[in-house]
Amino acid sequence: MRLMNASGCLDALTAPDVARSLDAFVTKTVTPLPRTGNPGPRIAEVEHGMLNSIGLANPGIDAFVATALPRLAALDVPIWVSVGGFVVDDYVELCDRLDDRPEVDTIELNVSCPNVDDVPSSVGEIVAAARAATRKPLYVKLSPATADITASALAAANAGADGLSLVNTILGLALDERTLQPRLARRAGGLSGPGLKPVALAAVYACFEATGLPIVGMGGISSGRDALEFLASGAAAVAVGTILFGDPAAPARIRGELAAELSARGVDNPDDAVGLAHAREPSAAASSTTSVMVSS
Amino acid sequence: MLQRERPSVLGIEAVGPYRLLRVERGRLEPGAPGQFFMLEAPGRPLPRPMSLCLAPAGELAFLIDPIGPGTRALCTLEPGERLSVLGPLGHGFRLGVERPLLVGGGIGVAPLPYLSEVLGRPPAVLGFRSDWHAEAAALVPNAEVVVEPTYVTEAMLAGRDVLACGPEPMLAAVARLAPEAQLAWEAPMACGYGACYGCAVQIDGELKRLCVEGPVVAAEAVAA
Repeated sequence: MRLMNASGCLDALTAPDVARSLDAFVTKTVTPLPRTGNPGPRIAEVEHGMLNSIGLANPGIDAFVATALPRLAALDVPIWVSVGGFVVDDYVELCDRLDDRPEVDTIELNVSCPNVDDVPSSVGEIVAAARAATRKPLYVKLSPATADITASALAAANAGADGLSLVNTILGLALDERTLQPRLARRAGGLSGPGLKPVALAAVYACFEATGLPIVGMGGISSGRDALEFLASGAAAVAVGTILFGDPAAPARIRGELAAELSARGVDNPDDAVGLAHAREPSAAASSTTSVMVSS
Repeated sequence: MLQRERPSVLGIEAVGPYRLLRVERGRLEPGAPGQFFMLEAPGRPLPRPMSLCLAPAGELAFLIDPIGPGTRALCTLEPGERLSVLGPLGHGFRLGVERPLLVGGGIGVAPLPYLSEVLGRPPAVLGFRSDWHAEAAALVPNAEVVVEPTYVTEAMLAGRDVLACGPEPMLAAVARLAPEAQLAWEAPMACGYGACYGCAVQIDGELKRLCVEGPVVAAEAVAA
């Protein structure tokens, strides 16, 4: 099982030791042109997490490829590059630029940033076009802010996605306690942290059953217990985001806690925990999971 | 390398409306004046950035204004309780100045006691909104204190190397009078080490992360 960071929640170049504690580093989303991002305030803590409205601030693909990518490669951690755009051609251009770069392990298509105004085209169109532009593994990061996330997941699967990253943040609002005005300059922002966890688990659970694609699960993972719940819901890998802000040593801690959780249940390999929350046919349960003790 | 420890609280004392939170230093380095630490706020999802106020032997002390849920939670800590502390972070004040003048406003006086000690107790001008708030001036030696409606800019000495921390309008006014001043800014931030991109401010005409580029920035770099 791989433990990664959620895109936009770590700068491997300012915190290389944190990046090296991960099984893969996921970059902040790169767009074709540089973006300065939204004005501040960009973040606001809420009761069970935080809101952000960074707005895809990034140096653009030219500067990323020329400057950041070689430095990231020197970290000796597999690099996933998150890419984002506003029209299908943006994704095609980005995938094309990264296709022959040996430093890039996987491309994550961010089709779900809540902090930009332009709504990207349909998931199926973007993934199909990106698929044609690169041989790299393609993961698709989806928003849970939809009536049926499995529709997007199936569209991604049918268009040739290799996996899903679930989930991106959902829009939330926080008001100043004194003035009752929005605390973010952009008013609403993406909710992350523990408050997002049940939403993310539901998405992972549904997409695991609907697609069978490998899933990187994320949304409020703060402990080994949280990671275990994502595995049980169907994630093959997990990513940490908000917890890194307060605890840069969270990856090692979560790994240790997860090992203890698995061991307490008699599970030797984290991969054996994937999908445990799903109802199984009696014969399948008898043949493959007899040694697994599932607490109720 | 990020340094994070879990020191015990040694004490917490009222200074006017503020609280001075003293924790054991342990293996934490105090860093340079103007650098900051991320303090775990009990029961809250995110830590809070605090510049170091004082660095007595074996201790680190932070001046906190209990104005929100995180700072109020920090002020309820009791001696013996532990909290995670990450730091020192960012860039502090450049100390190679010939005729230093410290300028502070409100809770912005927080980094000045340590800065004063390191610079050998230079003169200071501190502004507060009330006499009660001005009790914090006792932490800074050689300070002239002004209370609203008088502003620090009316008491600033000319021909000095200004090192300032305070609310944004004060810093902007100081920058107009002393374009070569070093200014310590504040912005909401989730992490303090460049990960969240929350603290972006205009520096040299670009939105840059204050935790990485600052929090102490040359006045010219932030002037519009």
